[in-house]
Amino acid sequence: MSNERVLEKLRQQFPDAIHESKEFRGELTIVVPKEKIVEVCRFLRDDSELRYDFLSDLCGIDMYTPVNRFGVIYNLFSLSTKHRLRLKTFTQEENPKVPTVTEVWPTANWHERETYDMFGIVFEGHPDLRRMYMPEEFEYHPLRKDFPLMGIPGSLTLPKKLE
Amino acid sequence: MPAYTEEVSRKSKILQALEDQNTSFSINDPLENELVLNMGPQHPATHGVLRLLLRLDGETVIACVPELGYLHRGYEKLAENCTYHEFIPHTDRLDYLSPLSNNTAYVLAVEKLLGIEAPPRCQYIRVIISELARVSSHLLWLGTLAMDVGALTVFMWTFREREKLYDIFEHLTGARFTTSFTRIGGIANDMTPEVERMIWEYIDDFPENIAECEKLLNRNKIFVDRTDGVGVITPEQAISLGLSGPNLRACGVEHDLRRAAPYLVYDKLDFNIPVYEGGDVLARYYVRMGEMKESITIIRQALEKMPQGEIHALKPKKVLPRKERVYTKMEELIHDFMIVNFGVEPPVGEVYHAVEAPKGELGFYIYSHGEGYPWRMKIRSPSFVNLQSLPTMVMGAMISDVVAIIGSLDPVMGEADK
Repeated sequence: MSNERVLEKLRQQFPDAIHESKEFRGELTIVVPKEKIVEVCRFLRDDSELRYDFLSDLCGIDMYTPVNRFGVIYNLFSLSTKHRLRLKTFTQEENPKVPTVTEVWPTANWHERETYDMFGIVFEGHPDLRRMYMPEEFEYHPLRKDFPLMGIPGSLTLPKKLE
Repeated sequence: MPAYTEEVSRKSKILQALEDQNTSFSINDPLENELVLNMGPQHPATHGVLRLLLRLDGETVIACVPELGYLHRGYEKLAENCTYHEFIPHTDRLDYLSPLSNNTAYVLAVEKLLGIEAPPRCQYIRVIISELARVSSHLLWLGTLAMDVGALTVFMWTFREREKLYDIFEHLTGARFTTSFTRIGGIANDMTPEVERMIWEYIDDFPENIAECEKLLNRNKIFVDRTDGVGVITPEQAISLGLSGPNLRACGVEHDLRRAAPYLVYDKLDFNIPVYEGGDVLARYYVRMGEMKESITIIRQALEKMPQGEIHALKPKKVLPRKERVYTKMEELIHDFMIVNFGVEPPVGEVYHAVEAPKGELGFYIYSHGEGYPWRMKIRSPSFVNLQSLPTMVMGAMISDVVAIIGSLDPVMGEADK
């Protein structure tokens, strides 16, 4: 399986969904609009030639740009062809929302919870969208670029001092 | 006597409080009630700070919700504020049972981003330390699993073996636990003949020592009864839940990144991948025992094939120069100053590199804006993903099985919580 073949198959199936494709160090990255992401993922998993049945990793990224600030990155692996592929989709700063892929790969569940926790990207249709690491009452999303490294004083409620 | 009356009044206050409480309640049949049990985060069987909420029907688990985050230190945020070299010591603290493996995984990802490759001798040494880390990690897992199901002796014996490994690490890296041994484009020190001799001695003794542990467990009725058919997961479920490493191979899926996407010099070495079909705790035990023996054969071949030569790549602007040259040569001093102050400055781009760590697929995704600091670094930690399949495995099991299943998954919370 070569990168060209993957791209060709995707172009055939979704002529207007491939916004951008890049190759760097032999790894193929494809940018897909978020409306199409579930459809593309399902095709990549079910196609008899591609068979990307293993979602290695899903993570968010904060590009800190005025448009398309937040991105979600899907690192796919195929257990049968041993090929890697990276999908990317972007969403805006206000009310960032991306459809969930938990129905395609159940492993996305915790990854999406972590991404929601760290970036505040809401995954629509997620069965259990809670914070993964931070406490529920925490108001911020720590991996956003505008969250300071030292944290925000008072953002975490600590136990009261004994009198 | 004032002290006496004080005590009486205090007691009566407690009694009064108890009488004020409405203490009457009724249960029709105590066995028909569901119970919610909180296990952890401070529970010896949860291997760290994993917290489980279990819904029990009698003693049978009917629902399980793992809660993570008690060891969250924000390494991904830290990485965005460290140069690539500065982050190497932090990788020790991810899976702290196999720091050498994490060091190797991280520098391989950065080297892929930079487009450089370490010289052959360095690659062989990296293979040897990764496999030693695997043996060390599996030995600890073996001891704790056996202890979780009630066999205490194995724990003592595996810790004796790990002690020898730590002696080797101390001689090789200068530290027993947090090694920080690899460098971008190389390693910190060359392997001395003395360390080589120690490793030879270790791998010559190993088969005998591990056979002793096997003798205690393989035909131990209590051990087999407590592990056979416990925590079963099917291959389809395992793949869809992203299970990796020995846990996946115990379901009959032959997937090992050392074979599927060879890195370092694994394609030049001859080794088997142990695969078992059961998908239960016992199969995971057999897979890891087999893996340790394969690791020993890998180390043996690597020691035999290891060439002499340089251990640093010849990329002066990317690889930290040796200290003695920094102090005596002008060029090296300048490069050292630039690398330490501004970082290695890789090109704009993104890479994902994964290795087969002892726990499973350990991947680093790095997005670079061309600066000395990564714009974004994601750590795909195997323990985090493996823990996600815990609710599937413990469904219908007993509470005491939950302990064995957590033990067999081999989670390290330092890695799961990042």
